[in-house]
Amino acid sequence: MQQQGNRFFFNVDWITVLIYIALCAVGFINVYASIYNPDKATGFDFASSYGKQLIYVITGLILGLSILLFDGRLFNVFAPFIYGATLFLLVVVLFVGRNVGGNQAWIPIGSFRLQPSEFAKFGTALLLARYVSTFNPKFRDIKSIVIAGLIVLAPLLLIMLQPDTGSALVFLAFMFPLYREGLSGYFLLIFLGMIVLFVADFLVPTYVLILILTSIGGLFIYNNRRKQKIIFSTVLVTVIAIAYLFVVKIAYEKVLAPHQRSRIELMLGLKADNKGAGYNVIQSQIAIGSGQATGRGFLQGTQTKYGYVPAQSTDFIFSTIGEEWGFVGCSVVIGLYIFLLLRLINLAERQRSTFSRVYGYSVACILFFHVFINIGMTIGIIPVIGIPLPFISYGGSSLWSFTILLFIFLKLDSNRMGFI
Amino acid sequence: MDQLFNRKYIVQGLFIVIALILLGKLFYIQIISDKAFSSAESNVLRKIYKYPARGAILDRNMKVIVQNEPVYDLMVTPNEVKPFDTLALANALEITFDDVRKKLKKARAQSNYQATFFERQISVQSYARLQEIMYRFPGFRTQDRTIRHYPDSIAGQLFGYVKEVSPNDIENSEGYYKPGDFIGKSGLERSYEDFLRGEKGETRILYDAKNIAQGSYANGKYDVNAVAGDRLISSLDIRIQRLGEELMKNKVGAIVAIEPSTGEILAFVSSPGYDPNQLVGKDWGKNYMSLIANPYRPQIVRPIAGQYSPGSSFKPVDALVALQDGAIDPNTTFFCPGYYMAGNHKVKCEHVDGTINMQRGIARSCNTYFCHVFQSIITKNGMKNQRQTYANWHAQIAKWGFGEKLGIDMPFEKKGIFYQAEHYDKIYGKRWGYTTVISQAIGQGEITSTPLQMANVMAAIANRGYYLKPHLIKGIGDKNVVKKEYVVKNYVGVDEKYFPIVIDGMRDAVNSPWGTAKESQIPNIVMCGKTGTVQNPHGKNHSVFIGFAPMDNPKIAIAVIVENGGFGGSYAAPISSFMVEKYLTDTIKPRSNGYTVKAFSETNLLPALIDKTKKLKLTKVDSLNLKKADSLKRIKDSLKIKPAILKQTVATKPKVSQPIVNQKPVTNK
Repeated sequence: MQQQGNRFFFNVDWITVLIYIALCAVGFINVYASIYNPDKATGFDFASSYGKQLIYVITGLILGLSILLFDGRLFNVFAPFIYGATLFLLVVVLFVGRNVGGNQAWIPIGSFRLQPSEFAKFGTALLLARYVSTFNPKFRDIKSIVIAGLIVLAPLLLIMLQPDTGSALVFLAFMFPLYREGLSGYFLLIFLGMIVLFVADFLVPTYVLILILTSIGGLFIYNNRRKQKIIFSTVLVTVIAIAYLFVVKIAYEKVLAPHQRSRIELMLGLKADNKGAGYNVIQSQIAIGSGQATGRGFLQGTQTKYGYVPAQSTDFIFSTIGEEWGFVGCSVVIGLYIFLLLRLINLAERQRSTFSRVYGYSVACILFFHVFINIGMTIGIIPVIGIPLPFISYGGSSLWSFTILLFIFLKLDSNRMGFI
Repeated sequence: MDQLFNRKYIVQGLFIVIALILLGKLFYIQIISDKAFSSAESNVLRKIYKYPARGAILDRNMKVIVQNEPVYDLMVTPNEVKPFDTLALANALEITFDDVRKKLKKARAQSNYQATFFERQISVQSYARLQEIMYRFPGFRTQDRTIRHYPDSIAGQLFGYVKEVSPNDIENSEGYYKPGDFIGKSGLERSYEDFLRGEKGETRILYDAKNIAQGSYANGKYDVNAVAGDRLISSLDIRIQRLGEELMKNKVGAIVAIEPSTGEILAFVSSPGYDPNQLVGKDWGKNYMSLIANPYRPQIVRPIAGQYSPGSSFKPVDALVALQDGAIDPNTTFFCPGYYMAGNHKVKCEHVDGTINMQRGIARSCNTYFCHVFQSIITKNGMKNQRQTYANWHAQIAKWGFGEKLGIDMPFEKKGIFYQAEHYDKIYGKRWGYTTVISQAIGQGEITSTPLQMANVMAAIANRGYYLKPHLIKGIGDKNVVKKEYVVKNYVGVDEKYFPIVIDGMRDAVNSPWGTAKESQIPNIVMCGKTGTVQNPHGKNHSVFIGFAPMDNPKIAIAVIVENGGFGGSYAAPISSFMVEKYLTDTIKPRSNGYTVKAFSETNLLPALIDKTKKLKLTKVDSLNLKKADSLKRIKDSLKIKPAILKQTVATKPKVSQPIVNQKPVTNK
């Protein structure tokens, strides 16, 4: 490539950029279809939602390309400041924020609304990368785990106060970069175990679970009856797991809001509600399912056209893809995402600097959480958690923050031969 | 690169596993299951039904007897309603301000998005008023549909009624009927429902999530127009139907007239009757309750659901079967001392005729003669074989339609009682014989039949040996389709040669000075017939007449039952004669005995009613007194016919009073 002529774009991974553009295009087409009203089909209208989305896409691309103009080292240097700024905004939003849909998540700036929780993601990713690259902890000691934990938990808790549980959950994605940097796999297993026990706690009577846990523990102890240490830790784990069961039950009743409880109950099939909280999920599944193999065709989806799925252009945009493009379209979109995610991991692994690698992992895992939770929710395998589908959902804040998130990494990657 | 590098594969593996889970679920809901597809269709598609007009019914002379009338319902879709002038709407509908609010509230409770009834069947005046100001009431619209109208206001039980389908109807129809549809619930409306209802039309409309119509589906490719129901031609002659209902006014009973050559029913009178227009429209409930409350039970379709002993009118059948059997011959005579002894049981005769033959036995309705006939039949194979002989006889009589449904095209037909030999085996063991069942010889006691069955017997005799299935509808649709079963001759198993002697006896019953129905002779027409007086344990005997006319090439067969009418010749026979004369000549000539339609129409034979609420409080003596007063009143009532007839007869005929004098029959005429 023009090695000297264009040093800003030197070594940029254009394949990733292409995938990014493809996903944005998919987003624009489906936002257009979601908004489309056959009665008022006029010429292109920049005041409409799809018009705005086109502006967001174009400005997003410009924003992304301008990030490539920066010096990659700046992100490392300014990581603490960016992180601090986003934390500050998260505090500010609690006081001056506009309440939209029950969440105090937006700061109005003129006619534009800023969502600090979107920007907190790359702020956190930057600082975490900075911490790991600077101190090179292997997460074998409590201290490094606590520090990394605090970096992630500070924005998470602030977002919980909004309260925007969905966005807060995304911060759990940072477990994976930490895991890659040496955090014990047990943390992931414990986390997985907590989710399994949480779900099981609703589906199976508690005493049955206690019985199962103690017998597993008992069997484990019997097999390792000569090793004192293992016996001790097994007993500890079993007791903690049983205590966890009760804590979950209580926390579920006291901490979660009623609408969150009903979403969880709906997802677990404990409750059927076709008109209330379950309406979104059912209508979304109907729309996706009715697309069948090849879909009804662009602008032909009746559920989409006649507005049966609420929040369709934003959180439920995947239902438009499912109805109008069918299983084929869904597979292409999921394929694009998986290709992007696997590529990001591969790119992260080829970095020489730890900073870039940790940041790359963070980007991939944040995107992964969004994709998994969002699509999972539209097809009813995850409770309704209102987070956008990256690059596709309607909305400037989310599109721009994902763009920034991604292009910072592309910039870092283009510098992989250098040192940061 | 350190050993942690391998963790990359775990992370990437997780991505792939999750992606496969998502794709798996998508594969299931998009490709394997088609539940979502049909749910999507039912989300957006609404079928708007267009109601067809029910088929009209004509009488045999192509006069319309059942037709349709437009009515208007006011519908409301609550979520489309905007604040409106409640008072103006109330005034237009002639209801109160509060009613409007209540009805709106009710509609809201039913559905906010679907059009529901605000006011059913608004009057034509209200409709006209409303049309001018309709634009002021967004969310309201009128919907027209048709309801039944019966121009002659007669034959209520025959036509039946039409009503909105019940949840049961919907379930039984396996999805054909939808709430709001109408269905024939009784009478012809019910039995010909499949033809009369027509086909509903439907328009498929796409609706958005806010339930606002978005235009037709697939440009109306699947829309269907309503198809009106088939027109039916009934066999009824509305002239004699009307005459029959008039003659039966204030009486309980039935008339059935059949055209023998075709089995077509010419008149089907059930009395007391009611105006079928009462059971149409929004007053249905009120009127139906008052019908149900009527102690004379007009809801019973007496021609097919009334079960009466045929009485002496059974005798011609008895005679014909005996002749066919060879148990007697046309010249057989028996001696009548005024009674017949069946073992220790005495069957009385009203007269002492001495030696009597068949022809005169029928004309005089001699009980003794027919008891002997029955004895001859049952004992002809010897006293030991009586049971088997009875069984054979039963089979022969059953061929005439006794004890079985004739299968008329009306719902709820009864079959009457006619016991088989096994029934008596159960009661008497093997030890029973003709004396046990002797009452059947004179059509009394353990045999009952519907008026339709009796008229059908007459049709079979008029045809000299066969009948066609009696029916009310002789042509369906524009092509006048006739059901195949209606052109099949059903033979009764008696040779044609045995009929003349019996028919001669029936001719004499009406047309000879010694006949039991001699007062019912029709000028210039030879009617053959047989009277019957049916014992009634609850009160005065029932008057029965069955007959046909003219004697040669008969055009009409008839059965008339007048409950509490006493002797067969006093009411049933004259009523039959008017019906026959009207049908054959279209006029009624003055009778030499002074009988007029008017006089019969005005006679009240309704049994007096005992007020059940008071009855409980009565002492024994009181109730005895009441019974006495009641029976006195009834005798007085029955005498009323005499002055009525006498008034119109210049030359007083003492014979007129004779049937009334004869009115203590314990036996059978």
